[in-house]
Amino acid sequence: MDLQYFFELFVGGLTKGSIYALIALGYTMVYGIIKLINFAHGEIYMIGAFTALIIASALSFTGMNPVLIFLISTILAIIFSASYGVTMEKIAYKPLRGSQRLSGLISAIGMSMFLQNYVLLAQTSDFLPFPNLIPEFKFLEPVKSLISPSGFIILVTTAIVMILLTYLIKFTKTGKAMRATSQDPKMSQLLGINISKVITMTFIIGSSTAALGGVLISTHIGQLNFYIGFITGIKAFVAAVLGGIGSIPGAVLGSFVLAWTESFGTGYISSDYEDVFAFLFLIIILIFRPSGILGRPENKKV
Amino acid sequence: MAPILETKNLTMQFGGLTAVDNINFNVNSGEIVALIGPNGAGKTTFFNCVTGVYTPSSGDVLISTDGKAQQRINGLKPNKVTEKGLARTFQNIRLFQNMTVLENVMIGRHTKLKSGLFGAIFHPKSTLEEEEKVIQDSYDILVEVGLEKFVNELAKNLPYGAQRRLEIARAMATEPALLLLDEPAAGMNPHETKELDEMILKIRNTNDISILLIEHDMSLVMSISEKIFVVDYGKLIAKGTPDEIKNNPEVIKAYLGDVSDA
Amino acid sequence: MLDIMKYFTLKEMKKSLVISIWFMILTFPIMVIKVNTIENTVVWRWASLLGMGIGSFIMATLWRYLLERKNMKSPLSTKKTLQMRVVEWANENPKVKPIALIAVSIFVLSFPFFSGLYQTSIMTTALMYVVLGLGLNIVVGLGGLLHLGYAAFYAVGAYTYALLNYHFGLSFWICLPIGAGLATIMGILLAIPVLRLRGDYLAIVTLGFGEVIRIVLENWNQFSFGPSGIAQIPRPGFFGMSMNLQTATTYIYFIMIAMVIFTIFVVRRLENSRIGRTWVAMREDEIASESMGIDITKSKITTFALGAFWAGMVGVVFAAKTTFINPASFTLWESVMILCVVVIGGMGSIVGVVVGAMILILMPEYLRAFSEYRMLIFGAMLVIMMVFRPGGIISNIRKKYKFEPAQAAKNADKEGVR
Repeated sequence: MDLQYFFELFVGGLTKGSIYALIALGYTMVYGIIKLINFAHGEIYMIGAFTALIIASALSFTGMNPVLIFLISTILAIIFSASYGVTMEKIAYKPLRGSQRLSGLISAIGMSMFLQNYVLLAQTSDFLPFPNLIPEFKFLEPVKSLISPSGFIILVTTAIVMILLTYLIKFTKTGKAMRATSQDPKMSQLLGINISKVITMTFIIGSSTAALGGVLISTHIGQLNFYIGFITGIKAFVAAVLGGIGSIPGAVLGSFVLAWTESFGTGYISSDYEDVFAFLFLIIILIFRPSGILGRPENKKV
Repeated sequence: MAPILETKNLTMQFGGLTAVDNINFNVNSGEIVALIGPNGAGKTTFFNCVTGVYTPSSGDVLISTDGKAQQRINGLKPNKVTEKGLARTFQNIRLFQNMTVLENVMIGRHTKLKSGLFGAIFHPKSTLEEEEKVIQDSYDILVEVGLEKFVNELAKNLPYGAQRRLEIARAMATEPALLLLDEPAAGMNPHETKELDEMILKIRNTNDISILLIEHDMSLVMSISEKIFVVDYGKLIAKGTPDEIKNNPEVIKAYLGDVSDA
Repeated sequence: MLDIMKYFTLKEMKKSLVISIWFMILTFPIMVIKVNTIENTVVWRWASLLGMGIGSFIMATLWRYLLERKNMKSPLSTKKTLQMRVVEWANENPKVKPIALIAVSIFVLSFPFFSGLYQTSIMTTALMYVVLGLGLNIVVGLGGLLHLGYAAFYAVGAYTYALLNYHFGLSFWICLPIGAGLATIMGILLAIPVLRLRGDYLAIVTLGFGEVIRIVLENWNQFSFGPSGIAQIPRPGFFGMSMNLQTATTYIYFIMIAMVIFTIFVVRRLENSRIGRTWVAMREDEIASESMGIDITKSKITTFALGAFWAGMVGVVFAAKTTFINPASFTLWESVMILCVVVIGGMGSIVGVVVGAMILILMPEYLRAFSEYRMLIFGAMLVIMMVFRPGGIISNIRKKYKFEPAQAAKNADKEGVR
């Protein structure tokens, strides 16, 4: 077996898994709190990437320092995506609270269609190039064939985000309120937790990490269009379910497992069936563990 | 004659927690038996073990209906247990909310009917007759529990007490040999409880069945049951007639004692 | 009644203004800035900012008005809905039903003769969605199982006809039952592994299943001819008669009419049968159903199988109608579209599904004037629909049974239960 090839696939999976993880977090957190599959989450990721592209391109025409542009556009993309996420929740999900689960899902599907077409109409259906803003890193020289500078940034950023998020969920007041709400929303409310605030926070965090993922992958690949959110969104969702939806470590684990499955599947078997590997793997896992890898089995309360 | 329901050393563990601990228990034909105990004593878990919702960790659940020999029903699925003649109600009402009252009872008749897909689509005479009969039978059951005026109402629109009665009607529709009622009087006012009391007695007397109930309402338990089992922390701590139980110091300590403390 | 004028007070207008400013900022990068990455220039479209401001101001006012109106209606209000009033009126006037039936029949039967080829073709598509919707309704509406891979069964039907015809020259009428049968078998095959899954897990697995089928069709060239698909699939024959396009389109239209009638007939009977009741019971409460003696496993398998049956059948018609199929017709959006037909129309209700299919298929066609905007409008409609009328257009009304009290009492006496 060619070890070099193996490591290439491994690192490729790691980068991809990081992006999935950044998006899957949003799915799993929203699901944990309001039990809704936020189908439009992939569009938030796309809007994040698109906003960054617009701002970065506009700034790059002025000849600003690329690293500075990268930082500004990333931060703005996060702010805007978070705002989209919150607005979306207020319009499409909040009025539906307490109604059937299916209604929320349909509303999310509608939102997804709407946002996709909104970007399509306001901007373009063509692929746009993302300006190259990442500098070369000297210390990556020895492993150049394995990992690109943008890939390196993805790994580092994801690691930092994960650590911050773990801290936030585990040790801050907001994090505690979130965990309590996902356990038992009614009880949390009785104990004085402001559910609406918790939900808003969840959407802010989820949308921000998704936007970050969007910006990072766009710099990595170098181009994007209005449709990128759809399939990546579904994949991230698969990752969240795979890990056990509602569980944050599960989403991260699921993302890497999924990305490696795809990476090795396409690398060693056939590149045509990338998505088939993902879904077949999901189906097989769920047959044996109906609540995902780290998910808690659903209690049969009688 | 063998008891209609008997458990031998029935034990149910969840991880390290033993919710039902070595319980030996029996209900004889025609009896009204109550299972009492403080909250969290393992009563509902016991019910779930008997009715197939949970598979017990160890021990036996044996039933003997229609005078047949005892058979072990551990691990059978709930629908199979129902087919064998055990029917239950739920502590938290679990009606089919968006179906009519009549349809709820008709679902109860499910195991007594035969028609399948072919019958549903082609409406042969046998299916039509069966449908006509199930509608009438279900209506009669509703009359028996006094719900006939709600016949075409959606179950979710019924008043609370009526929902409880509908659960009993639905269970009765399966023609059980043993009816298991999980806190039938929960949330009812004294007047409703008294009506329920009469209804349970009437059901037992007219249909010749046995009844096992879990109940918190002491007046109901003491007035209608012939035998009482008391559990605490998953263990059986006493059994006997209502009078014996009332004076049993163990029971007073474990259960009634709590009440006087409060 | 709520007065809309209330929203034109200074305070309320301020609120709307704040919302509109929020939207102007929110949409600023995407609506206003447009970068030209080839010539490296930026176009600032200030007009869209103004448009967004005015538009969101109006929308915000309207939205709050409608939302408050909706919230004022208590869920237990006894006020009759329009639907209830229509049903009651029809019941009170026994002549209405036959007259309506005749009117609808005349319209349906004469439609292809006054409307032209294009219209007939679209109407046929709408009818196909009626059948698809009714099929999916068995799984989602009655069985309560969220199924996002329904288009896969549709694909099975279409490919069955296309391939059997290509390799063996089998005709439409022979393939129709084969396609439906194969789809049913696929339905059972899918149902078995997913039996233990609930709710959202089920949704994602069925979604995955649908995608797997599509991707396999796309890549397995030897079997399915890949993305280029299969062309020149013959239209249905009628005793070997040769037909021009016009006649053939009309003919398929009538095949679909017959199929819709057949589907409604069967689904109606299923719905109020012993089997159909177990589906609804399963949807309402699985544990309680099991305690009533219902075999959930069997119920789930029958819903999946019967749901798939209709998709397979319509798939065959689809292949025959378009004479060309490729995997692009069976994407996730197709499944979502069919799901929307069911949900928008009204889950569990046959009339609802018919109405839903008509609206969802015909509306985008007639919105072609705004063809660019139709998917946008469509998405917005789904959201608005769910917010303001989550039960769908037509809500499902359970069958009512009539009893003569005296007779019932007599029967009760006879059997000695009273």
